[in-house]
Amino acid sequence: MPEQTFIVNGERVTVDVEDDVRLLWVLRDLLGITGPKYGCGINVCKACTSHVNGKAFNPCAVPVGSLGSDDEITTIEGLPGEVAEQQRGANGLHPMQEAWLERDVVQCGYCQPGQIMAAVALVNRVKAEGRQVTDADLDTIRNICRCGTYTRIREAIRDGAARM
Amino acid sequence: MPHPRDPHIPGDSSPYAVDRRRFVGYVLGGATLVAAADLVLADTSPAAAEIPTAPQPAELYDLNDMLTDAARPTANLVTVTINEDGTASFELPRAEVGQGITTSTAMLIAEELDLPVDRVRVTLAPARPELLFNQLTGGSNTTIATYTPIRVAAAVARAALLDAAAIVLGDTVAGLVAKGGVITARNGSSVTYGELAVKAAGSAGGRAVQVELKSEAEFSVIGTPTNRVDALAAVTGQKDFTTDLDVPDALPTMVCRAPTLNGTPVSVRNQTQVEAMPGVTHVAQVSTGVAVRAATFGQCIDAVRALEVAWKDGPVAGESDATILRKVRAAQLPMPRLPDTPLAQTVSGDFTFWFRSNSPMDTNSAVADVRPDGATIWAGLKSPIVAQQRIAEKLGMSQDKVKVNVVTAGGSFGRRLFFDGALEAAEISQAMGAPVKLMWHRADDARVGRTHPMGTCRVQATVLGTNVLAFNQSLTCVETDFRHGLGEIITAAAADLPAGVGNLGFAETIFALTQEVPYDFGAVTQTLVETDDRFNTGSMRNIYSPDVRVASELVVDKLAAKMRMDPYQFRRKFQRNERLLAVLDTVAQAGEWGRPMPAGTAQGIAIHKEYKGVSACLVEIDTRPATTGRQVRDAVTGPRVTRVTFAIDVGLAINPRGLEAQMQGGINDGIALALTSSLHLRDGHFLEASWDNYFYTRQWNTPPDVRVIVVPSEEKVPGGAGEAGVAATFAAVACAYARATGTMPTQFPINHDQLSFEPKSFVPPIPQSPVNGLELTS
Repeated sequence: MPEQTFIVNGERVTVDVEDDVRLLWVLRDLLGITGPKYGCGINVCKACTSHVNGKAFNPCAVPVGSLGSDDEITTIEGLPGEVAEQQRGANGLHPMQEAWLERDVVQCGYCQPGQIMAAVALVNRVKAEGRQVTDADLDTIRNICRCGTYTRIREAIRDGAARM
Repeated sequence: MPHPRDPHIPGDSSPYAVDRRRFVGYVLGGATLVAAADLVLADTSPAAAEIPTAPQPAELYDLNDMLTDAARPTANLVTVTINEDGTASFELPRAEVGQGITTSTAMLIAEELDLPVDRVRVTLAPARPELLFNQLTGGSNTTIATYTPIRVAAAVARAALLDAAAIVLGDTVAGLVAKGGVITARNGSSVTYGELAVKAAGSAGGRAVQVELKSEAEFSVIGTPTNRVDALAAVTGQKDFTTDLDVPDALPTMVCRAPTLNGTPVSVRNQTQVEAMPGVTHVAQVSTGVAVRAATFGQCIDAVRALEVAWKDGPVAGESDATILRKVRAAQLPMPRLPDTPLAQTVSGDFTFWFRSNSPMDTNSAVADVRPDGATIWAGLKSPIVAQQRIAEKLGMSQDKVKVNVVTAGGSFGRRLFFDGALEAAEISQAMGAPVKLMWHRADDARVGRTHPMGTCRVQATVLGTNVLAFNQSLTCVETDFRHGLGEIITAAAADLPAGVGNLGFAETIFALTQEVPYDFGAVTQTLVETDDRFNTGSMRNIYSPDVRVASELVVDKLAAKMRMDPYQFRRKFQRNERLLAVLDTVAQAGEWGRPMPAGTAQGIAIHKEYKGVSACLVEIDTRPATTGRQVRDAVTGPRVTRVTFAIDVGLAINPRGLEAQMQGGINDGIALALTSSLHLRDGHFLEASWDNYFYTRQWNTPPDVRVIVVPSEEKVPGGAGEAGVAATFAAVACAYARATGTMPTQFPINHDQLSFEPKSFVPPIPQSPVNGLELTS
């Protein structure tokens, strides 16, 4: 069986699995990293949103064999590591996670790791363009929340952006 | 005829309730302190037992009274345990599915125990068959039913801790102060709950203790906005759902399903080839399809797609939306006769509500480890006792051999009243002789999962001058499945039901106990007819009310127009409930009712009354081309609700922050029901297989401006929150849309006639995962 090597949450891992198995299952079923959730398996619901080399992506749509050994995957579990220690909040978390806690965004919580990972990428992108998050930016987020936490998600992203 | 109950008479409603605040609980024997209360203790307002002619049944005795009363014959204990680390723990016999009951329960315990909320650990109890009807999560009833017993158990624990502390500190109980988990004596010496946990433990056999609960004036936790106890776990990826559980050898498992709804497998043509596929360990034909078990879910998807199966068609093969609607129309009863007054005029409405899906994010899933001598199940279950009974039947085991664990679920919306996944997982594990972690594909969950039945709702009202003489409403729909055990509750409770209600069938009972027309409209009649039991249906958040309220409130707007009255002023004039009047006025003021709006935009206002609470919603909608013409890939844009003002008087609000969250969620549900979300039945199957097919509210649909107002209440007891936001919002959006476009919509969602996606294949039944994810980073 082929060996797959990549970096996840700062640690280089090697897994024996076929090239075409999507990364989501390698993370969840083989490595036990369950923060990225399954919601559709076809890159629609975005519940598995994680980061690859700092950008948002959906591991349900990436065959593990297409990753290089230096590709860095960050899941919700490793998100605090994307910022320097002094940027982390009262709970030792990424500023966006801290905003999420303060705004009590979560209901069932299933989509929320993906929501937070998407939010961080959105804010990074907007900041790189040298501007503030707008309603139009928030309208582009495709991550679905069946509990309908959208109102607090929008508040928390603006709050998190101010902290980042 | 049953006599009215009076909880103030000791021994009448429960032998353990002394008066409204004094109750009897127990200190049980244990290693550390275990305090208990009877789960049947209740402090709800007494429900009248006789129905005068004018008010409707739900006004006097509603579904929550029935759910609360159904628990009374059982005598079973819930226990608060004090641990040596100073924390308190409690096993809640209900399911947390996102509605926030673990948080509100922790608050109730923290309040009576004088312990910080974050030192109370609330977990979910496994199926406890001895609780009979008292382990059902539904009807937004959890807080209503458990408010008193949980506080009594906590108060008993506090009393036992104070007794033990008095001995340790050499003081009297009256001289002690408990705060933050520490008890301090008059001389300043102190001892922690943790240090007392063992000393306060009871002896075998236990003893009864009478406690007095705190008065509302003493509350410092109840009523204080509090963040969720599980939020930290959720935002760090540590909150475990069923498919996150690490049960030894429970490998990923999925099911290949028939191309028609509820079709069944006849034979598998290529079992050997599929068994040889990478990662695959087992292939087994079961009653619902062909199951595959593999090292990863990705390999399950590959195997499901590769299976060649001969199928027997399901019971709705060949049927479509149009054929089912014809059957529903054929089942409609004639509307009751309206008053025969020569000068009276009739105002009417006839509405169609299409099938909708209550599929949550976390699809039907379950872990099952079935062995010859017993079985263990893990799943998100709102009726775990019935699940346990049915699984035992399926496996040919006695009920005590089946352990059913309740796992926190990723949403429910009614879906988890049923245990379809758990039952299927048990059957598969038995067939394979191996533990399985079953997960339904999103396509399965949308197509084969539970639906809110299609139906029609007709309304006729008689107007004479400035009065409404009569208001008739008739709902006809595909059957709503209540076979998860609510039926058993009703059977048990039937003798206690007011005259005339007990004779109705169970769907009729739920309908009668939840529906009312909250206006002074003369002679009011509401009827339900159900037909066609071939679909997988169930209670979807707020059951019948969203459709019934939409039909009512649209006709109310027509009545207002007939009388040349403003919709808000009309609702005020015909209002007969002071609490409803207050929430109506609140949204009208805060939401600026009547402010000038550009053409193509409008406000809509509506009310609802259920779950011991009342609500009102005022929305603004934009139906102008620049808005409806917005282009978003693989999406429905259409009209946008731009502003929502929602007011609720829920009675005593245990956690106002959680209540606000539930209303925000209900608002998005109401918007989806009005504008975008439905299932399309074509040729014997539902077409939807993705969140880009079933158009629940997304960020581009959600209102940028949402304000929820929790109105201070005179009520001393809590009402239900989880479902209370849907009906008034749905109705307000429908009314706003009618006013903005000048045309009253007659079907919901309004976009149902337009299929906004390319349906995915039925053979194979689930789509393959894409491979281009690295090209789509952002």
